[in-house]
Amino acid sequence: MDELMEFLEELHPDVDFETCDTLIDDGILDSFDIITIISEVADMFDVTISAEYIVPENFNSAQALYELITYLEDEG
Amino acid sequence: MQFVSYSFFLFLAIVFVVYYLIPKRFQWMVLLVASYVFYCFAGPKYLIYIAATTFTTWLTALQIDKLKAAQADYLQENKSLSREEKKLYKTATKKKQRHLMLAALLLNLGILAVVKYTNFAISNINAMIGLAGGQPLGYVSLVLPLGISFYTFRALSYLIDVYRGTIPAEKNGFRFALFVSFFPQLIQGPISRYSQIESGLFTPHRLNWKQVSFGLQRMLWGYMKKMVIADRIVVGLTTMTGDTAAYTGAYVLIEVFFYAIQLYADFSGGLDMAIGAGQIFGVDLPENFVRPFFSTSIKEYWNRWHITMGSWFTDYIFYPISVCKPMLNLSKWSRTHLGPVLGKRLTVYLSSFAVWLATGVWHGASWNFVFWGLSNYLVIMISQELEPLYRRFHQRFDVDGKLYFKIFQVGRTFLLMGFLRMYDCFDSVTTTWKMLLTVFTAGNWNILWNGSLMQIGLTAADYIIIAAGILLMFLVSMSQRSGSVREKIHAKPYIVRFVLWTALFMAVLLFGAYGIGYDATSFIYNQF
Amino acid sequence: MKNRKRKRFVRITVSVVIICLLLFFLQRLMMPKYSVGTQDGAMIAEYYDDEPKHNLIIIGDSEMYENISPLVLWQNYGINTYIRGSAQQLIWQSYYILEDTLRHETPEVVIVNISSMQYSEPQKETYNRMTLEGLRWSTSKVKAIYASMTEEESFMEYVFPLLRYHSRWNDLSADDFRLMFHEEPVSLNGYMMQVGVKPAENIPDGIPLADYTFGDIDYEYLDKITALCKEHGVELVLMKGPSLYPYWYEEWDEQMKDYAAEHNVVYLNCVNKEEIGLDFSTDTFDGGLHLNVEGAEIYSDYLGEWLQDNIGISDLSSDSALSRAWKTKADAYEAKKSEKYKELSD
Repeated sequence: MDELMEFLEELHPDVDFETCDTLIDDGILDSFDIITIISEVADMFDVTISAEYIVPENFNSAQALYELITYLEDEG
Repeated sequence: MQFVSYSFFLFLAIVFVVYYLIPKRFQWMVLLVASYVFYCFAGPKYLIYIAATTFTTWLTALQIDKLKAAQADYLQENKSLSREEKKLYKTATKKKQRHLMLAALLLNLGILAVVKYTNFAISNINAMIGLAGGQPLGYVSLVLPLGISFYTFRALSYLIDVYRGTIPAEKNGFRFALFVSFFPQLIQGPISRYSQIESGLFTPHRLNWKQVSFGLQRMLWGYMKKMVIADRIVVGLTTMTGDTAAYTGAYVLIEVFFYAIQLYADFSGGLDMAIGAGQIFGVDLPENFVRPFFSTSIKEYWNRWHITMGSWFTDYIFYPISVCKPMLNLSKWSRTHLGPVLGKRLTVYLSSFAVWLATGVWHGASWNFVFWGLSNYLVIMISQELEPLYRRFHQRFDVDGKLYFKIFQVGRTFLLMGFLRMYDCFDSVTTTWKMLLTVFTAGNWNILWNGSLMQIGLTAADYIIIAAGILLMFLVSMSQRSGSVREKIHAKPYIVRFVLWTALFMAVLLFGAYGIGYDATSFIYNQF
Repeated sequence: MKNRKRKRFVRITVSVVIICLLLFFLQRLMMPKYSVGTQDGAMIAEYYDDEPKHNLIIIGDSEMYENISPLVLWQNYGINTYIRGSAQQLIWQSYYILEDTLRHETPEVVIVNISSMQYSEPQKETYNRMTLEGLRWSTSKVKAIYASMTEEESFMEYVFPLLRYHSRWNDLSADDFRLMFHEEPVSLNGYMMQVGVKPAENIPDGIPLADYTFGDIDYEYLDKITALCKEHGVELVLMKGPSLYPYWYEEWDEQMKDYAAEHNVVYLNCVNKEEIGLDFSTDTFDGGLHLNVEGAEIYSDYLGEWLQDNIGISDLSSDSALSRAWKTKADAYEAKKSEKYKELSD
């Protein structure tokens, strides 16, 4: 989680990822950011977020994203 | 049947009455029958296309859903399987599902490609044959079935969503047929998703006067944009673009402006009619335009213009390509070999290229559209690359958030998009480039004030109406930033509402560019 | 609650009434005023203002309404005539105008101009308008519209002419407001008077045609005209006016003769007929296309005599009400004549 937060804050230094839960709805993350996140996550956690998981609910907050990663790690 | 036709009003009125009189559980069937009747007006022989797409995607989605159910059952019954075994099993069933999905996908894209691009392909083959000195091939006469690009994309989004497991498959083929053919969105979208409009289409609707009048108001606003502005300004536009020898330089700049207005008023007006018509039946269709000309960057523009198409390409082309295994491997490789900066972007650049190529081809079967799409790609990528530079500039000169700077950005985006859009207006890519170049070389700026603009088929009265129409659109957009304009008007006293809407209606009636047009001289009896 | 509902009902009713009134006024305003514009479009409607006691009705295009003076027919022969003429009236339009007329009265004789047999398609949207707009609503009008529409036209635009003329806001004049509800009469029992002389010179012979046969649709409507007259006991005269141009082919004349013989109706071809006594160096105002008032009076005198001798049309001059009406009309006729001459000399 810490690793993820660090990366996200590097990506968008102006956003508070601890509290923000409208990252997609408010257009803070665009499609390019999402791809950057996914390829970073693939490196960091060895988890592939396939296209079906790219829905707003999974990317609206850092917490949701982390939950997705844990879920995918379990599902393998 | 066009939205701008007497028969459409009659059709809409009949459907409306039947829809709200019939028992509510039959309402969606009324819409289905109405949609197919609507489609028949374009020529009954095209029904086969939409029916084929509907049937194949529905059936495939159902099969995929069955496989998913079987998979769930199997895993439920065999809880003792190890993780590895489960994974293996899942991969195997997923593969079956993928094959099914791909078969239906390719079939329907194939139909679309054949009817839409056969002649484009032939013309390119002929060009090559011509170089080799051979006999050119004959063209085939295929007429595009009404709305095929739109309904195919709608059907495919459903298919992929079912495959991804985001939505369950629809068991009832007729209900699915309504989603594909729903008549307000048949001609020019929006490209809605099944999950967006399912409840609108199938929940029973009681007659809600506010909703109906909001729908009618939205339609009226669409008619005003299309008939008063677009259909009037288009006369001047086609005069100019039709004669590339005479209308160069400053005229091209005028064309850029005219075409921006014409296309927006026509397309978003059409969508207003579609969304308004949907609302009359209690079906909320997704928005397709959100004040695109207020965008400060091209990227923002594409989030506000033809939104449902853009998001389709993002969801079904950009993401899948970006996150597929080979792409992730490539990204990994490039980051170690090309450095972190370029490495990170390579995937984005490649998938965006695919998206813009597809967007260009989707718009029409010609090289103009391919170049148009790729030009958009180029501009977006360049501005992406320059972003750190911009950011430094903004900080250095402290312009962020300043109104004048925002206006500058909006103007810049408008012009840039306007120039790119000109690929639509000329018959070839090179003509477009040549014409755009003349803006800087012709030096005929005096046509802007020496009365030449009165010679392009628009009279002073036309200009006044167009200007008033644009002003009205602008004011409405300004007001819309703080919420629905119709809601704001709805909160006003009845007399105000009545005067406003009646005035708009009369304005469309009188100032709309429709019908035969009045030419006093043609009423002179001069036969003998 | 009940009160609120009532308020709502009243509000909606008032709104609808206001919108309808607004549309009605706009429509009256936007429609072209034929009486101050192209007068050829005004006469079909004027018919309804005259008392339906005519014993002769003439139906056709400008070869009728610019060539025949009903005043002469009355004064010399006691024939009470009305000309239901309109610009480029097509044969099916003539039929529906006949239907419409027979709904109001049954004359002794009907003359139908058959020069329109040469057209089997509507010629121009504006001519359709000028012919059809003046008709009162009836099944005849509906059928006439459907029979006449060109591809660009739509029935809705006949029902609500505002849709057709909406863009006239740019051409509005004071006359459009003045004549919104009542147009000034332009004709004298359907006669549009013309003055001045432009002699007929070098009238070209007709260009040979590939096919001289009239269209099926023309014959279809001519049959209907014949049948309708028989049904109503009206004597039908098929007439070709005395105009020298457009050229009336020998082959066309033959077809009409054959038709008349076969259907037992009268056919009267007045082109180049010596006994009429027309002199096309003085009696035409447009080089032989139409007659001026002098020519029309000569021709009408011939026509009256012919009708009396050949058809036995009755003389109504003893009808005192008609006599009185015609006296007023005669004054208007003379006034118009001198006014026209004054315009000409100015």
